[in-house]
Amino acid sequence: MQVPILKQRDYLIASIQAALTDADLLQLRDALVAQVGTFRSRGVIVDVTALDVMDSFAVRTLRDLAHMIRLRGAETVIVGIQPEVAFAIVQLGLILEGVSTALDLEEGLAFLDKKLKAGSRAS
Amino acid sequence: MENSEIRVHIDSDSDIVTARQKGREVAAQLGFTSTDLTLIATAISELARNILLYAHRGEIILSTVEDSARRGIRVVARDDGPGIPDVERALQVGFSTSRSFGLGLSGVRRLVDEFKIVSEVGHGTTVSLKKWK
Repeated sequence: MQVPILKQRDYLIASIQAALTDADLLQLRDALVAQVGTFRSRGVIVDVTALDVMDSFAVRTLRDLAHMIRLRGAETVIVGIQPEVAFAIVQLGLILEGVSTALDLEEGLAFLDKKLKAGSRAS
Repeated sequence: MENSEIRVHIDSDSDIVTARQKGREVAAQLGFTSTDLTLIATAISELARNILLYAHRGEIILSTVEDSARRGIRVVARDDGPGIPDVERALQVGFSTSRSFGLGLSGVRRLVDEFKIVSEVGHGTTVSLKKWK
């Protein structure tokens, strides 16, 4: 199942709608890394509210995604990690190091607005 | 005693999703909390992925278990793959071979109440776990 990617202002928003296979996750990663260039986006939001499981592969892939997007010059924020999912990630011993997260889409947008404004619009 | 088993054949990444969804259904029928449902589904996802990565095919067998005081879910992940030469080492935190994602079996063990692994090189691996309600 393909994840729809919306373009809003300088941002790309990927809203995951249902359980994803490993291949779907990799496709999402590659699509976002490519589209950041196509649309000259400065921020990416991945909404994982609909994910009821984030196992080691999902966590690893989202971490890779965020690092790859950063190498392309944009910022990523993962939003909507459910409380049960957060618990399972911690129990499994997985770490989303170096990846920004926010409670929901609204907070994610606010985070990017603040971060990108502070980062490069000083002049 | 045990109710009927549900078997999910694993040989593609969509089977991983199917296995964890079936596991969640079985556990939900037993009345597990939503946190436990997520832990169970996550454990199944990891075991199914191990099958796919190391053995390429195998199966996940789900059933309910009970003793005098409680009920629970049993998950068996079975394959006829290459087996694990050093099970003790495979259970150490942080251990994973080449292409493995995440922390492997040590992480799964922390998600459940009972964890057993039997592996024979050249003959395959069976991981059995239980989580009690």
